[in-house]
Amino acid sequence: MHLDHDLDETFPERHTYSAAPKGPDGTRRALRIGLGGPVGSGKTATVAALCRVLRDELSIAVVTNDIYTREDAEFLLREAVLPAERITAVETGACPHTAIRDDISANLEAVEDLEDALGPLDLVLVESGGDNLTATFSKGLVDAQIFVIDVAGGDDIPRKGGPGVTTADLLVVNKTDLAPYVGSDLEGMARDAKAQRGELPVAFTSLKNEGGVKPVADWVRERLTGWTAGPT
Amino acid sequence: MNRAALFVLADGRFPAGGHAHSGGAEPAVAAGRIKDAASLEDFCRGRLHTAGLVAAGLAAASAAGHDPLELDEAADARTPVPALRTTARKLGRQMMRAARATWPSGELDALAAARPRGAHQPVVLGLAARSAGLAPLDAAYAAAYETVSGPATATVRLLSLDPFDATAVLARLAPDLDKTAAAAAAAAQRIPEDGTDALPAASAPLLDITAQQHAAWPVRLFAS
Repeated sequence: MHLDHDLDETFPERHTYSAAPKGPDGTRRALRIGLGGPVGSGKTATVAALCRVLRDELSIAVVTNDIYTREDAEFLLREAVLPAERITAVETGACPHTAIRDDISANLEAVEDLEDALGPLDLVLVESGGDNLTATFSKGLVDAQIFVIDVAGGDDIPRKGGPGVTTADLLVVNKTDLAPYVGSDLEGMARDAKAQRGELPVAFTSLKNEGGVKPVADWVRERLTGWTAGPT
Repeated sequence: MNRAALFVLADGRFPAGGHAHSGGAEPAVAAGRIKDAASLEDFCRGRLHTAGLVAAGLAAASAAGHDPLELDEAADARTPVPALRTTARKLGRQMMRAARATWPSGELDALAAARPRGAHQPVVLGLAARSAGLAPLDAAYAAAYETVSGPATATVRLLSLDPFDATAVLARLAPDLDKTAAAAAAAAQRIPEDGTDALPAASAPLLDITAQQHAAWPVRLFAS
């Protein structure tokens, strides 16, 4: 209940600074998907692979949240997964989770600047800096979030749960090709993830392999279909 | 008016982007000028009486209802280096977003429309205070406090400084904060006679120089 509901009538835009589905001109804005997860699990590699698979069918832009360098943005530029003007980096002051959850203003501006500069987009990927298992995206910043972990980080991570593993719209377990070498039990991970997440989906990926990102790309396409068809 | 709104505005967790900025502490730590609680206190006192006083004057004037666009020009005139102008406008834009959602007002909307890429942060902060029903002195306090709380928090992260020591530094600066806020609010009151020239124009050349250098660092924890 808003005690200052009279202000809502005078300033209807006050609740729409974050992620209102439609802009002032009535056009539907891009679907915003966040990618979070621990350091080294393959977030940037997933973003790169998604861009390569989807860039011919969708208009895409990427916001990276590097913790103390521009390395993630530069990796994407070097790999030329998208033209340079479609990739932008946000600085997070040693606190990556703050920039995606508690104070999303810099990320919102980065997304809006991309939309202003590039015209209508279909998809904006917001990649968090590597963080801990509690880091999740604010609903004011993204419409859906992917949490990326990997088998080499320990096969007990799905069992441990935490907001990222438990609540993300898609859990990606990456580097399945390494499982035999690090003694990770993929079936156990799937079982634990199911116990933590119920019906929420889990994708096992090996980005080293041809087409390895397909399960994630398919999920993104599905979300996009739902987004485009969403309530007007 | 609700005085308590000042706590909301001055809270370090107010989502207006401050967490990503060190207020010049990062280059000062790297240069060895901030190395412990005592040197952090010296740094903060210097920043408070220069950049802090200027910001507090602008915020008080804006909260008093003086033309924000004219104040924005006055802020430019008091911010000689491009890196700090960019930072001030970036933070002003973020403050504007938070303020319009928190204390919506026609004056905020008008400034946002006139400066879509952001007005100087203290000007927006002052207008946010005005929209919240706060007084010019309150706005001066918020602006002045922010110029020392930012570097103190950043130094805890940069030096692994004991957080209790850093907080004690802020407490010891309280008398200086009182003086700065009062001086800033008094200056803003002289605008009707003297124009924006009445506002403080103290400068800290070393902060300006190191901010410009810091903007070109390839690897850094903080945006400024």
